[in-house]
Amino acid sequence: MEALTLHRFHFAFTITYHYIFPQLTMGLALLIFILKTMALRGDPLANQAVRFWVKIFGVSFVMGVITGIPMEFQFGTNWARFSEASGGVIGQTLAMEGVFAFFLESAFIYLLLYGEHRLGQRGHWVASLLLFVGTWLSGFFIVCTNAWMQHPVGYEITTDGVIRLASLSALFTNPWAIPQYLHVMVGTTITASFVMASIGAFYLLRDEHVATARRFLSVAVVVGFIASVLAPMPTGDMQAKLVYKHQPVTFAAMEGHFHTEDGAGLVLIGQPNMSEMRLDNPIVLPHLLSFLTHQRWDARIVGLTDFDRDLWPDNVALLYYSYHVMAGLGTFFIVIMTLSAFFLWRGKLHQERWLLWILMLTLPFPFIANTAGWMTAELGRQPWLIYGLMRTADGHSTNVSVGNALFTLIGFMGMYVMLSALYFFLTTRIIAHGPEAEPNGH
Amino acid sequence: METVWFWLLAWMFGTYVVLDGFDFGVGILHLFVARNEAERKQVIRSIGPVWDGNEVWLIAAGGTMFFAFPKLLAVSFSGFYLALMMVLWLLMFRALGIELRHQLADPIWRQFWDVAFAAASLILTVCLGAALGNLVRGVPLNADGTFFEPLWTDFRVGQQTGILDWYTLLVAVTAVLALAHHGALWLNARTDEAVEARAWGLAGWLWPLVVLLSIVVTGATVVVQPHVKESLAARPWGIVFVGLAIAGLVGAYVLRKRGRPLQAFLSSAAYLYGMVALAAIGIYPYVLPGRNPAFGLTIHDAAAWQTGLVVAMYWWIPGMLLACGYFIYLYSTMPAKFSVHDTVEH
Repeated sequence: MEALTLHRFHFAFTITYHYIFPQLTMGLALLIFILKTMALRGDPLANQAVRFWVKIFGVSFVMGVITGIPMEFQFGTNWARFSEASGGVIGQTLAMEGVFAFFLESAFIYLLLYGEHRLGQRGHWVASLLLFVGTWLSGFFIVCTNAWMQHPVGYEITTDGVIRLASLSALFTNPWAIPQYLHVMVGTTITASFVMASIGAFYLLRDEHVATARRFLSVAVVVGFIASVLAPMPTGDMQAKLVYKHQPVTFAAMEGHFHTEDGAGLVLIGQPNMSEMRLDNPIVLPHLLSFLTHQRWDARIVGLTDFDRDLWPDNVALLYYSYHVMAGLGTFFIVIMTLSAFFLWRGKLHQERWLLWILMLTLPFPFIANTAGWMTAELGRQPWLIYGLMRTADGHSTNVSVGNALFTLIGFMGMYVMLSALYFFLTTRIIAHGPEAEPNGH
Repeated sequence: METVWFWLLAWMFGTYVVLDGFDFGVGILHLFVARNEAERKQVIRSIGPVWDGNEVWLIAAGGTMFFAFPKLLAVSFSGFYLALMMVLWLLMFRALGIELRHQLADPIWRQFWDVAFAAASLILTVCLGAALGNLVRGVPLNADGTFFEPLWTDFRVGQQTGILDWYTLLVAVTAVLALAHHGALWLNARTDEAVEARAWGLAGWLWPLVVLLSIVVTGATVVVQPHVKESLAARPWGIVFVGLAIAGLVGAYVLRKRGRPLQAFLSSAAYLYGMVALAAIGIYPYVLPGRNPAFGLTIHDAAAWQTGLVVAMYWWIPGMLLACGYFIYLYSTMPAKFSVHDTVEH
C-alpha cells in the first residue's frame, strides 16, 4: 500500500472509531443536565434517570478519552509536514481544547459519576452543568479547527510555505465555523436522544422499570424531535450553502450533479456511474436543487464535469453516498420523532408497541448518520488537506515508513476490537441492571 | 517570546511529571503494596478522582507545544513514531485498568485489570523516562531536519542511536525508581493501616537507590551530552534547581522519618521539579538537540510566528489559572485518608 493511502486510512479509521463515543457523550451531557434540572425541581424519576445515564456516560467517556488521545498525537506522528506548516494556527485551537475543556471535564467527571451523595443535589446539578459546558466547548474547539481546514481564514503565508497566524479571533468568527458547530451539535443531540429513547422503549416493551423508562422517553422524544428538525433546517441548509459558495466542486460531487443545468433537480436515489459520468437508476425531484440553493426554480448549477479534474474530490462516489446516507437517515429521524412526539403529546406513546419497536431498533442509525456526515465533510475537502492551501498528498510524514504505519494501523484495529467488546459487555450489563433509586457513590 | 514559551512548556511537563508521576508510581507498586481485594481497592481509590486530570497535563502540554513549537511536534512525534504509538496503547490499557476494575465484582476480572494497570504503569514510565533521555542525549537529526529512530540499534551512544541505548535505559530506570518512590510517598500520605505502613517501608527502601541513580545519571549526562555543562555554566542561576532537587531528596527522607507524610510527598515533588528544570536548562536553547550538533533544532528554528506566540498569552494565562483553580478544588475536596475499611467501590 502507498504511504499516503495508509496514513489517510490510519487517521480515518481512528477518528471514525473515536467519534462513536463523543457524539454520544456530548448529546448525553445535555440530556443529563436537563434531567438533573428536572430532578432539582422535585422530580424523583428524573433523578433515577440521571443515576442510570451517568453510568452509561461514564463508560462512554472513558472510551472517548482513551481513543481521543491518539488523535492529537497523530497530527505529529502521521501528518508531520501538515503539522509543521499549520501548527502555528490549528495548534492554538487544539491547545485551547486541552486548557479550557479537558481540564474542566477531567476535574468534574468523577464528581458527576460518584459525587451525588457528597455534593448534595445542588452541587450535583452544578457538576452536570460543568460537564455539559466542558464537552460542548471541546466540540467547539475541534469544529473551529476543522472549519479552518475547510475554509482557512486569519492566516498569512511565508515564502517558504509556512502558514502563520495573523488573527486568532478570525478562527472563531470563521463563517464556516458556527453553522458547522451547530450542525455537529444537533447531530450529537440526535444520537443521544435516540439512544435514550431506544433504551426506554426496550424497558417498556419488556414491562420493566416502567415509570423511569417513560421519563427517558418523554425527555428523549421532546429533545430528539427538536434536534431532528433543526438538523436540515436551518443548520444543514446553512452548511450546504457554504459548501456551494466556497467548495462548488464538492457540492456538485456530493449532490451527484454531473452536468451543468438550469433548474437542476435534487437527487434522492441513484448510483454514480463514474465511467459514463451520470447517475444510474435516478429518482430526482425536478428543479429542487436550484431552488434550495438559489431560491429560484431555474437557477444554474454548475456540474462536476465543468470543473478542472484535479480539483475533484478523489472519491466522488463515496462522497455522494456519505451525503445521501446522512440526508436520508436525517429525513427518517424526523418522521420517527414527529410520530413519537405526536403520541407522547396524546399521552399514548408507552402503549404504541409498534412505535416502541421502531424506536428501539433505530439505535445504530444516528451513529451511522453522524459518521456519514463527517465523511461528507472530510471526503468533500479532498484533494485538499487545507482547502486551497495544502494538498493532502503534501501533508503526511515522509520519515515514517509504510511498514511502520501498517504495523500501528493493525495495532489500533486490534486494540479497538478489544475496546468494542469491553464497551458492549459493560453497557449491556448496565442496561440489564436497570435504573436504581439510590444515589451512586457515597 | 520563544524563550518564555520554552520555560512555560518545561513547567507544564514538570507539573505533569509531578502529578501523573505519583499515580504512575502507585501503579508500579500496586501489586506489591496492596495484597488483598480491600487494599487494592483502597489503592485505586486513592488516585481515582485525580488520575485523569493529571494526565490532561500531558495533553495540554502537547497542545501548547503544537502551537508554540509546531516544528518540534512534527519532527519529534514522527521521529519517535513507534515508541509513541506504543505509549498510546499503554495509556489505553492503564486507563482501562483504573476505570474498569470496579465495574465487575469478579476475581478474574479484577486480577486482570490490576496486572494491566501495574504493567502499563511500569512500561510507560520506562518509555517516558527513555523519551526524556533521548531529549537530553540528542537524536540523529539529518540535514533536512528530520529523523526516524528505531526502538534500538546497538545500545551505544553513537551517531545512529535507537530510542533505547545504555544512557536512555539508565534514565528510564532512574525514572521508574523516582516515580515509585514518589508514588510510595503518596500512598503513605493518603492511605491507612497496612498499605500506609508498606508504602512507608517501600519509600525507605527506594530512597537510597533514587539518590544513587540520580548521581550516576547526572554524571552520565555530562559525558553523553557535553552541551549540558556549557548551558548550565552559562546560566549560573540554574544552581537553584540543583539545590531544589537535593533539598527535595533530603526532605523526602527526613520528613517521612519524622512522620510528616504530606510534606515528604511535597519534597519528592520538589525533587522531580528540580530534575526536570535541570534537564530543560541543560538542553536550552535547543528544543531537540542533534547527535550532530549542527543539525540540532533550537527554539528559534522550531517556534511559530510571533503574532501567535503573543496572542496565546491572552488565553493561556487565564486558562491555566482556571485549570489550577479546578485542581486546588479537586485536591482539597479529596478525603485526607482513603480507608481500607470503606466498602464503596470507587
